[in-house]
Amino acid sequence: MSAEAHVVSHAPHAPRGFIRRYIFSTDHKVIGIQYWLLALAAVSVGMVLSWLFRAHLAWPNAAIPGFGGVMKPEQYLALVTMHGTIMIFFVLTVAPQSGFGNYFLPIQIGADDMAFPRLNMLSFWITFVAFLVLVSAFFTSAGAPINGWTSYPPLSAVGSIAGPGQGTGETLWVISIALFCLASLLTALNFISTTIEMRTQGMSLMRMPLTVWGWFVTAVLGLLAFGVLLAACILVLLDRLAATSFFIPAGLVFSDTQPPLTHAGGSPLLWEHLFWFFGHPEVYIAILPAMGITSHVLSSFSRKPVFGYKAMAYSLCAIGFLSFTVWGHHMFVSGMSPYSALAFSFLTLAIGVPSAIKTFNWLGTLWGGRIHFTAAMLFAIGFVSLFVTGGLSGLFLAQPSIDLPLHDTYFVIAHFHIVMGVAAIFGIFAGTYYWFPKMFGRKMNEKLGKAHFWITFAGAYLIFMPMHWMGIMGALRRYADPGGLPFLERMAPIDLFITIAAFITGAAQLLFYFNFFWSLRHGEKAGENPWHATTLEWTIPSPPPHGNFVEIPRVYRGPYEYGLPGYKEDFLPQHLTPEQVAKMAT
Amino acid sequence: MAQTLPTTEEALTSQVELDDSGLGPGGAGPGESGPGGPGGSGGYLGGVPQRTYLTGLTMGLAAILMFFMAFVSAFIVRKGLSNDWRAFPLPSILYVNTLILLASSFTIQAARRRLARADAAGFRHWWFMTTALGLLFLAGQWTAWRQLAREGVYLATNPSSSFFYVLTAAHGLHLLGGIVALVAIAFWNWKRARITRATAAEMAAVYWHFLDGLWIFLFLLLKLGQ
Repeated sequence: MSAEAHVVSHAPHAPRGFIRRYIFSTDHKVIGIQYWLLALAAVSVGMVLSWLFRAHLAWPNAAIPGFGGVMKPEQYLALVTMHGTIMIFFVLTVAPQSGFGNYFLPIQIGADDMAFPRLNMLSFWITFVAFLVLVSAFFTSAGAPINGWTSYPPLSAVGSIAGPGQGTGETLWVISIALFCLASLLTALNFISTTIEMRTQGMSLMRMPLTVWGWFVTAVLGLLAFGVLLAACILVLLDRLAATSFFIPAGLVFSDTQPPLTHAGGSPLLWEHLFWFFGHPEVYIAILPAMGITSHVLSSFSRKPVFGYKAMAYSLCAIGFLSFTVWGHHMFVSGMSPYSALAFSFLTLAIGVPSAIKTFNWLGTLWGGRIHFTAAMLFAIGFVSLFVTGGLSGLFLAQPSIDLPLHDTYFVIAHFHIVMGVAAIFGIFAGTYYWFPKMFGRKMNEKLGKAHFWITFAGAYLIFMPMHWMGIMGALRRYADPGGLPFLERMAPIDLFITIAAFITGAAQLLFYFNFFWSLRHGEKAGENPWHATTLEWTIPSPPPHGNFVEIPRVYRGPYEYGLPGYKEDFLPQHLTPEQVAKMAT
Repeated sequence: MAQTLPTTEEALTSQVELDDSGLGPGGAGPGESGPGGPGGSGGYLGGVPQRTYLTGLTMGLAAILMFFMAFVSAFIVRKGLSNDWRAFPLPSILYVNTLILLASSFTIQAARRRLARADAAGFRHWWFMTTALGLLFLAGQWTAWRQLAREGVYLATNPSSSFFYVLTAAHGLHLLGGIVALVAIAFWNWKRARITRATAAEMAAVYWHFLDGLWIFLFLLLKLGQ
């Protein structure tokens, strides 16, 4: 590599053509925004799907527009399946990690880009294609798959004999998820290499912002988990298309008119093990970046250092490690040996320890702080609230004896929606309100942001708290219609209540859309550091130029030096030299 | 922040020394951290230390290992759970293939030694030898598949044959990727690349040894695990 070539290939200006600059860009900031917009598109689709099946649950005998009359059970199941798949993969995995992580991880560690920018672009475009493949399942003649986002065999492995959507629709589902796994592996590889190798001078591990810790641990989880799901997808694809019997047991009969399937000897449990070995870390892939964002935002707007920074970093690592040891708690009802169930139960409860450390440290960060209740701060506090609420119901479900009656009920739906769904979404919102000024040079409107927060926060509890009660009363998951089952029919008013709450909460998201797009042009100009924050992203122009830094900064201190006594300012940015800081002393 | 980078030739000749320090050309040593010049593990404006590529590769290998371990654990579980598992004799050409792949690990090392000595002709000779051995291995695996097919052992015949085809195909595809990398490294225009040929060759070699070791493990699993 010659010096000339080096200079030429890294000219500090962005590519000039529109396509190279905004579409097939290798700039981590453009790719971050691309992921964010993909997640926004996906969450919009996912939310509309949930409205449709919620409408059916509230008015089981009413005609739903676009469904040619009353929704059929298979249509209901297809909506539920696609809602779950889109939300878990293309929203909760994409926005907090690939979206914000891509944009801010290199900047926060003082790097000019990701370690492998072209690989980064490839990851995004594979993810994009995966999304198109998934959504195309809706447009096949038999419709989208109906086996839920977990795609349990034998339903997922035997083809269209298992129901409409299980033919081409399910094949598209498997291909989409396999592509998604591949893209996520490349992203994880890139994030880890960047964090290990690209930190600027002085940016030791214990000076990294907790956001970076969150993205880093998440990337390690992704690296070790997505390969397993990819392997499982390949095996199920072979069962579907090449007549193998990895997951299909012998003698399956699906209808009176057709002979038993010729497959033999396979085990649906094998899929469950492979799937949940990925599936449980996936829960943390969704939530750990949000934890990092929450710590970051709480410290910024409490004007206090993060309470117990090291404990926060270590507990992220501990949660990441433990997440690979607890997949069996998703399978307590599968006929697992009680001794295995006990081991999985203890390990699951052990996650409560680092989770509690994080929660107490968040409260410790808030304690005695000079709190600024910005929209970002409200969403971060909301995250803590939802994480505690959802985490507590997790302690119930971690006991095999309690999980057995609750497992296939709405209690589980309530639990995971609050703790990984809505909590992670709150992390995304906190990140958006917090970093929007950096990404686009203008602030989002605070009044609209606060209104958005309060409606969404109340809505989340109004939707999901009643589901706990329904679950305890025995309301079963995946039932399209309570008709004919008196104990379910008695809960119809609760279903109606939840649906109305979901409509209102969903409609409130229009505030967010409007605020986002309106503020792009009309928001208050932000400047470099509107929040008076300490980390490196606030030392460069908003939006940051191509290459981020004119000169790579050196770092002299930890990321959360807020509210230190004896200085004119209440924050010491990471890049200030000791001499500069000495001048700031009063 | 423009640092003077060694030219390709310098990079080639200094590779042995650089290997000892654990750093590729362009990466500043941990000791040379002057103000304004981020060194240590830090990146510098417009490019990454060569070591980054090896870190990336290591992460890739970890992911590939998990991918194969998923198949291997599925193999063990599927065999343990079922009563329909029937072993079949493995084609004996697999022993030959194994020896070929083992030999290719030695030839790729020979090529890297020539590269370190800036012996371009010797490098090319051993590099193409490795590529040829890799292709020969794949041809041998294909022959093994054909033999099994002639004996009526197909993908869906039995779980044992399903796993045989899945494991050999997954390994073969990864090796094919390695061959593409070998060819690319032989013909790349290194003057305009961010990665040096020495680093690329080291990556290819590490990947190649990994697939070699992985194949021996898979072969033992298929041989003894049946």
